[in-house]
Parts: sequence; C-alpha cells; structure tokens
Amino acid sequence: MNLNATLLGELIAFAVFVLFCMKFVWPPLINAIEARQKKIADGLAASDRAEKDLALAQDKAKDQLKDAKAQAADIIEQAKKREAKMLDEAVHKANAERENILAIGRAELEAERNRLREELRKQVAALAVAGAEKILQRSIDEAAHSDILEKLVQEL
Amino acid sequence: MAAGEELTLSGHIQHHLTNAKMCTVDGSVAFNKACSEAGFWTWHVDTLAWSIGLGLLFLWVFRSAATKATTGVPGKFQCFIEMVVELVATNVKDTYHGKSKLIAPLALTIFVWVFLMNLMDLIPVDFLPAFAGFVGEQALGMDSHDVYMKIVPTTDINLTAALAIGVFILMIGYSIRIKGVLGFIKELTLHPFSSKNVPLQIILIPANLLLETIALVAKPFSLALRLFGNLYAGEMIFILIGAVGLAQLPLHFVWAVFHILVIVLQAFVFMMLTIVYLSMASSDNH
Repeated sequence: MNLNATLLGELIAFAVFVLFCMKFVWPPLINAIEARQKKIADGLAASDRAEKDLALAQDKAKDQLKDAKAQAADIIEQAKKREAKMLDEAVHKANAERENILAIGRAELEAERNRLREELRKQVAALAVAGAEKILQRSIDEAAHSDILEKLVQEL
Repeated sequence: MAAGEELTLSGHIQHHLTNAKMCTVDGSVAFNKACSEAGFWTWHVDTLAWSIGLGLLFLWVFRSAATKATTGVPGKFQCFIEMVVELVATNVKDTYHGKSKLIAPLALTIFVWVFLMNLMDLIPVDFLPAFAGFVGEQALGMDSHDVYMKIVPTTDINLTAALAIGVFILMIGYSIRIKGVLGFIKELTLHPFSSKNVPLQIILIPANLLLETIALVAKPFSLALRLFGNLYAGEMIFILIGAVGLAQLPLHFVWAVFHILVIVLQAFVFMMLTIVYLSMASSDNH
C-alpha cells in the first residue's frame, strides 16, 4: 500500500463532487420526478372522479328521460281526452243547433202554409162568390148570404 | 514499446501497474522515478486526472439533465438519468429511515462516479498507455517506457481509501449529530457487553471499546479494500490476458463480459454499504 498525497486530492474532489451533486444535481431531478408522480396520481384520481361523474350523469339522464317520457305520455293522454270531450261537445252543440234550426224552419213553414191556406181560402171564396154571381146572374147580397158563403169557405 | 530496453513480461506488467507520479524534489517539480524518495507528498497525476475528469463528466451529464428536467413528458435522456436517480432514491428510501438531504446525492455520486471509473477497465489495457507513451515520446521527447498511465482510478488504493475515509468522516459526523458526543461515546463503550451492575460495567468498558472500535474502523477498511481488490484483480487479469498474444481475443471478450458484472456490482455495493453504514450511524437503538 503506497498511500500518498493523492488521497488528499481525491478526498477534496470527492467532497466537492458530493456537495455539487447535493446542491445542483439531486434536487431538480428528484423534484421533477416527484412533481411528475404527483401529477400522474392527480390525473388518475381525476379520471376516476370523471368516471364516477359520468356514471352519475348517465343515471340522471336516464331518470330524466324516463320522467320526460312519462310526462309526454300524460300530456298525450290528456290531449286525447280533451279532444274527445271537445268533439263530443261540438257534436252535441251541432245537434242542438240542428234541432233548433229545424224547429224554426218547421214553424215558419207551418205559418206560411197557414197563411197560404187562408189566402187560398179567401180567393176560393171570392171565386165561389164570383161563380155564384155569374150563375145567378145577379148580385148576391153579401150580407144576406154571408152565412152560405162562410159555409162554403169552411168546406173548401 | 520500449526503445532499446529489453521488454520482459514482468516489466510489462509492472509498467501497467505503476501510476504516473508527480512530486517536488529540491523545490522543483519532478516526475515518476525521480519521485521514489518523495514519500507521502507524491501525487498520482493519472489517478487524479482520470477520476476528476470522470467526476466532472458525471456532474456535467447529470447537471444538464437536471437543468432541462421537465415535470411533463420526459425525453429519452431524461428518462435514463431519472432511472438512475430513481434506483438510488429507492435504495436510500428503503435503507435509510432518517431525514437527510445529503445521503441520496452522496449515494448517487458514489454510484455513478465509481461506476464510470470502473468502466475504464473495459478499455483495452494497452490503448491509452501506448497512446500516452507515443505522445510523451513525440511531444515531450521522453522514453515511452518512462511514461506511465494507469487509467482505472479505482485500482489505485489512494482513491478507494479517499472515498472510504470520506464516508467514515460522515459516519462519525452522523453519529455525533444524531446521538450527541455522549451518546456516541456510550455506544462505543457500553456495548456489546452491558451490565446493570455499575462497577462491573466499568470493568467491561475496555473490552467494549476495543470491540466497537474495531467494528467501526473495519467499515472504511472493508469499503476501500473491497473496491480496490476487485478492480485491481480485474485489471491484473486484463493485463495478463493482454500479454498472451492473439489468444487474448476470445479470452479478453469472456473476461470483459464477466467484468461488466463486477463493474456495476462493485459500484452498487459501495453505494449500498455507504447507505447502510450511515443508516447504522444514524439509528439510535443499538
């Protein structure tokens, strides 16, 4: 073993290398590694959370869809009911109107017929009187024979 | 390789196992053989240059990754650097349970630096020494045989000892910081033999101190010698294989493949043991 001053030189070099490594090499490297590890851990946690959120959102969407469908069915049902009701009402109303109009028409018809008949009767009476006058060649005293005329009119 | 000098196998091996030395003799700078009498104040310039160069390479590569580090999607280069950092961080987290800003970067520095230095072992043994010899001959007018170049710093006991001593200083520092001076002394003197009887305990102190001191000092020794021994032996075998002519090609390949394991394993072992020793130093319960 020939130990000599080289040992001192190497000792100093060793100390300087270790100090340099401790100050300028190790901290940035290990910090970068640890920061990345944290980043990755955070990213994994975030992805887990997102997955859970997604499942929740999907459940919620499903529920909402179900609700919406039920509501839509309700509304359609109601609309159908109302439609039927309205149709019914309209039919009823139309029927009533029709009856009404028919009744009025009938009444008018009746009145007209009566009036016409009256008029006809009067004209026939006049015609009968005129015919009778011609037959008799003389005028008839209307007042004296009015009972015959009345009877005639009645018979027509 | 040697001009005019007889080249023997042992001379060749010796040449490969000698560091380039630098020292001051009589107030002027001298090199290699002139330094045989310089004693402690000799500098192995090849060990220093290669190790510091590789250390700077490590810091430069990792620093450039650190400045460009993004918390978003990392590039391939950043991924690679982060793999190494992650490996070290995981081992530190598993082994060292206290809080320390120093242990992890220390472990990273040791792992990568030692790995890079060990990796130099895979460069064929004659390439760089021969190149250095050529440069020395052409540029400096030296005999190429007098130019020494040992490119694997971890085969120099000075480097492995320096690492181990650095770790040892930290071990003592952590012991005192966590347990206090008194706690550290107690740990050295009241274990493993302990007694409720005070006088008996006092008698047991020398034995405890002896055992604990040996246990403590054995740690840096084992650290330094394990790394040095493994790499020195590996290097030695590469040199021997390099000396057997053309037959070296398959042999070199086989040994290099096997040695890749040693290179990574020794770097990893040095790092792990550093963490374990510092963890032991920081834990209060004995």
